[in-house]
Amino acid sequence: MTTTIQTPRRSRRLPGRPAFFGSYEQEIALFNTRPKQIWVGVIILVAFGLPFLLTDPTLETLAIAFGFAIGALGLNIITGLAGQVSLGHAFFLGVGAYTAAALSGDPEGRTIGFGITNIAIWLPAAGLVAALTGVVIAPIATRLRGLYLAIVTLGLVFIGQHIFEEWSDLTGGAGVGREGARMEFFGLELTRTGEILSGDQKAYLTLLVLLLVFALAARNLARSRVGRSFAAVRDRDMAAEMMAINLPRTKTVAFAISSFYAGCSGALIYSLIGFFEPSSFNLLLSVQFIAMVLIGGAGTVSGTLMGALFISMLPTLTRQLPDYLTFISGSPTDIPNIFQLQEVLYGLLIVGFLLFEPRGLFGIWIRIRNYWKSWPFSY
Amino acid sequence: MTEFLESVLRGLGNGAIYALLALGFVIIYKSSGAISFAQPALMMTGAVISSYIAPALGAALVGAVAFFVSVTAAALVTALVAMAIERLAIRPMIGRAAFTIAIITIGIDIAVRVITSGFIGLGARPVPNPWGLERTEILGLRIQERHLVALGILALVVLLLVLFFRYTRHGLAMRATAFDQEAAMTQGISVGAVFSMSWAIAGALAAVAGTLLATSAGVDRQIWIVALVALPAIILGGLDSLAGAVIGGLAVGVVESLVGSYQGQWAPWLGNNFQVVAPYVLMFVVLLVRPYGLFGTPEVRRV
Repeated sequence: MTTTIQTPRRSRRLPGRPAFFGSYEQEIALFNTRPKQIWVGVIILVAFGLPFLLTDPTLETLAIAFGFAIGALGLNIITGLAGQVSLGHAFFLGVGAYTAAALSGDPEGRTIGFGITNIAIWLPAAGLVAALTGVVIAPIATRLRGLYLAIVTLGLVFIGQHIFEEWSDLTGGAGVGREGARMEFFGLELTRTGEILSGDQKAYLTLLVLLLVFALAARNLARSRVGRSFAAVRDRDMAAEMMAINLPRTKTVAFAISSFYAGCSGALIYSLIGFFEPSSFNLLLSVQFIAMVLIGGAGTVSGTLMGALFISMLPTLTRQLPDYLTFISGSPTDIPNIFQLQEVLYGLLIVGFLLFEPRGLFGIWIRIRNYWKSWPFSY
Repeated sequence: MTEFLESVLRGLGNGAIYALLALGFVIIYKSSGAISFAQPALMMTGAVISSYIAPALGAALVGAVAFFVSVTAAALVTALVAMAIERLAIRPMIGRAAFTIAIITIGIDIAVRVITSGFIGLGARPVPNPWGLERTEILGLRIQERHLVALGILALVVLLLVLFFRYTRHGLAMRATAFDQEAAMTQGISVGAVFSMSWAIAGALAAVAGTLLATSAGVDRQIWIVALVALPAIILGGLDSLAGAVIGGLAVGVVESLVGSYQGQWAPWLGNNFQVVAPYVLMFVVLLVRPYGLFGTPEVRRV
């Protein structure tokens, strides 16, 4: 006689115990607590309301910040989730940006162009080409661990920059550059002022929708079998191997997905900025993405979004500084000027967060939440 | 043939500078298990300090003496800067993942570099030296004097390092820490002091390399990129091998110079300035064949 213990697949929530999970499905659900669900809903609603409250220049800055956030989500997948430090993100961004620009470019123009301006075609194409590039490079990268990988991906940025500068038919050449992709969706111009909405309002809404799609995909990836295998590789690769996780394949997949995000991000960012040249895809760009992921909170989607918005809004914030601190100049030829201050801030923020709050902005949020959860008691 | 040999010699001269930088990377890696991406900033700091000290001394001392005094002074000051960085930002991170420390050094690099370039100004600052771009002839080969000086300094530094690691208490402590940190601690070795010393040595080497680099065209804001070429050099030699760092640095210099001389004729499709990225391409090729470099210890993975 055998007895089997039946565990209920879906057990009821206990009232007043939000952190009590009756089943595994409940714990890994997309929104595993009610407040999370409500707050995410509120934030999304506010985000959709913003274009009618803010001025156009602010909206443009936010739209570009959303583009950066998509790229940061990609870096978060490879570095935060799968634990592989990549300094080569700028290269994949470049691959995506040039793919999109070439597809949507003017066929009669100075640089390669195919005249396909529909975003539904050039955006996936940019992602796929970048992902393929990632897969091609993966055989070298997956053999390496830790710091060797960081150095190799750093080399990738330099080689990529060389290729971009030399392939002037595609990129316009060093110091010259070319136009970014044109955003159009089945005849609907997404960045030009129309009858109802201004160009910046439309660009903002487009990027917001895309960011939500990419963020949801990233969150779901983390909850899936693939995402858990990434986390296993990050936490201890040898133990993961013992559990029949194929390391080279997992790392290759992580590289491909992360590069896909980077490619899309590059295509969108430079489509919004309008004009770009090969020197944009330098080491500093990679470091900016690293800063976004680390300052936001490695391994978390919400943290990465916070970090990306924070870092991309930083130039806007520092531009206000000369008004308050008069010794800092706004002109690039004086010393100290805001551009230097901005770069120093990137550096100091990375150092400061890693030293004092390794979980990033996400960690600060958790601390605040826990403080109020148990208020007025300290624990 | 003359052209080939001259190109090799030129490469060795530049390679000596890369080797000095690579030694710094490897010394920090061996003692703390982390790569310091702050070396470019330290190199720039050293070069800038030299560019301020050398002209001040130039009036009082003869050319070469002034240069060597300023190199030594720059090395000492940069060593102090490196020790301060280690104490403030790296020491609290002991025991954390190597990659976290590496990212911290990236942050430090950016911050220090911006501050240093504030002292450079817009153009390039020359470092007065008796050689400039003068050439001399040895066995029928024309070679720049500064390349010979760089090779001489590298030989001197390697000799000093060998003596230091082999015959001094501190050198022994550093070797013990590199071998097994905890065991070294139980033997009464101050691991913190060892970290501090490794950063000081690396900072001093970076300053010497930076000053040598600046003898040709002076210090400008972009000079730090050259220091990153030391990364392919250490990958080539293996992250944990001092001999590998020297050989890797020289090899990278020679490859760069040969590519610069011949790529234009034989493979023009690779584009202008391909020699700048040649070290990175070389690194990719070597890693495909030997993932731990030519002289590195393969990592033993145990459950």
